[in-house]
Amino acid sequence: MSRIDPGIGAAGEPLPVGGLPRRRAGASLLVGAVLVGLVVAAALVSFVWTPYDPTLVDASSRLQTMSARHLFGTDKFGRDVFSQILVGARTTLFVGIVAVGVAGVIAVPLGIVAAMAPRWFAEPLMRLLDLLLAFPALLLAIMFSAVYGGSTLVAMIAIGIASIPSFVRVVRSGSLQVLSTEYVLAARAAGRRPVAIGWRHVLPNVSSLVIVQASVAFAIAILAEAALSFLGYGTPPPVPSWGRMLQESQEMLFTAPRLAVFPGVAIAVAVLGFNLLGDGLRDRYDPKLEDRR
Amino acid sequence: MLLRILRRTGILLASLVASTVLVFAFMAVLPGDPARVALGVNASDEAVGQLRREFGLDRPLAAQYLSWIGGLARFDLGTSYISHAPIGPQIADRLMVTLWLVVTAMVIALVVAVPLGTVMAMRHRRPSGVLLSALSQVGVAVPAFLAGILLITVFAIGLGWLPANGWTPPDQDPVMFVKQLTLPALSLGIVQAAVLTRYVRSAILDVMREDYIRTARAKGLTPTQALRRHGMRNASIPVITVLGLQLATLLIGAVVVERVFVIPGLGSLLLDAVSNRDLIVVQDVVMVLVLAVLVVNFVVDLLYLVIDPRLQVSSR
Repeated sequence: MSRIDPGIGAAGEPLPVGGLPRRRAGASLLVGAVLVGLVVAAALVSFVWTPYDPTLVDASSRLQTMSARHLFGTDKFGRDVFSQILVGARTTLFVGIVAVGVAGVIAVPLGIVAAMAPRWFAEPLMRLLDLLLAFPALLLAIMFSAVYGGSTLVAMIAIGIASIPSFVRVVRSGSLQVLSTEYVLAARAAGRRPVAIGWRHVLPNVSSLVIVQASVAFAIAILAEAALSFLGYGTPPPVPSWGRMLQESQEMLFTAPRLAVFPGVAIAVAVLGFNLLGDGLRDRYDPKLEDRR
Repeated sequence: MLLRILRRTGILLASLVASTVLVFAFMAVLPGDPARVALGVNASDEAVGQLRREFGLDRPLAAQYLSWIGGLARFDLGTSYISHAPIGPQIADRLMVTLWLVVTAMVIALVVAVPLGTVMAMRHRRPSGVLLSALSQVGVAVPAFLAGILLITVFAIGLGWLPANGWTPPDQDPVMFVKQLTLPALSLGIVQAAVLTRYVRSAILDVMREDYIRTARAKGLTPTQALRRHGMRNASIPVITVLGLQLATLLIGAVVVERVFVIPGLGSLLLDAVSNRDLIVVQDVVMVLVLAVLVVNFVVDLLYLVIDPRLQVSSR
């Protein structure tokens, strides 16, 4: 990633306020950070406080509407929806972190190796990863569930594996750019070993790409987890999960459509947050692209 | 050009073979044997042994693999461990249902996204363009099954215009078919449209920066004329790539939407097979889905040749 324009290329510097595109680049970053912050805050708060026990079944307060006692009302079992949303944020983030972690730990070294390795190794590897692209996260997770039964762990690993190919591609193309720079040539001439070049020169320079890709992969992981839990192959009950809340709400659509609204909005906010964060970071790290968004 | 077609065909065939190995190996390494899984833990050893013999599960893995792909090549997908019915015709029926859904969704996505993305690009940096852009971001964040639930709430429950779920084959009752197809196709299509809009927009923005557009403008063409005469064909290349990828997403997305709308498509078949532990059906449906994705990618590659004449000249 060339940083010709030192004004906004360098990380950590505030974005200058100028024309509309720059302001918008800052805007996606800001809005994304706020939305992600909201989800993270909900998850953190849920560790120390929820208005009610989210799994507490209370037949006497079934299907209550929104009130001061139950901010988002209660579901058909009398469970407090607001508490479930808070704890659901925890589930969502947990799945995302593990899935993206699995993908990153495997894909980042693989991407760098694929860039540095000779053609006979890199070419088949990339072809194999292309093939993996034909197995989207949801399909892979359903296959895993068929074999191992549905669980949060299975969902996380399947989603993680499915995110590897696109991760590797991004890291590889970034690494190829770094490898063609003069400082890498100088390092080679100075007798640096390939491992040292990969570690000291390539990795730090592709880290911004990795962060952007991680943010995008996080959004995809949230969508996949929600879909899986909706189908009943993700987080098992009674652990609150936004996807399963949606599934449970479906039979109540005639009587209590609001039960679908809260988890639905929560999912959309989380996905939107991570997407915008990824976009914003990309604009910030790559000033060349800034004009296009 | 011929070389390119041959090369792509070779890659397709190699990918097909490799994916059958992947799918088979994945199902083969599972703990416990499929016959036991299908019959449940309480089944007697004799019953399990008999099922194993009946389906050839007592043979070596290589033999099982070869007979499976041999069957695939003849469109014989084997018989279900549970219902003992042939799987091929079942998948064919279900695939038709899913294709109706996916193709309709794709058409909806295109009809919405191409004009909208173009407007967004032409109004780049103007408030209306920025607003549309923000709206498309929100659309991208909504999963199709959520869109489905919201559409049911509004149009089936609230307004009562359309049925909330169900499926009728088109030759049985065309009116009911269209009514029941509308909401599921919309929920898949609108979400895809949001994604597609962003690609259309950035493809057109890229093209409008090209020198030949500047030349066309210098000759006196309006931006719209320049885009129509010179830009559209060039902008369509990245958009078609995305369309191919989206078809794959739609096929998988249909699995969930079929569940929401109780549609007997390929996705329902897959999910039923998973809950019945009918692993051979799971294996076959996954294979059909992967095959569809690979073939779509292949077709997209060939389409480049049609759209971009430059590729017909150079060999790569």
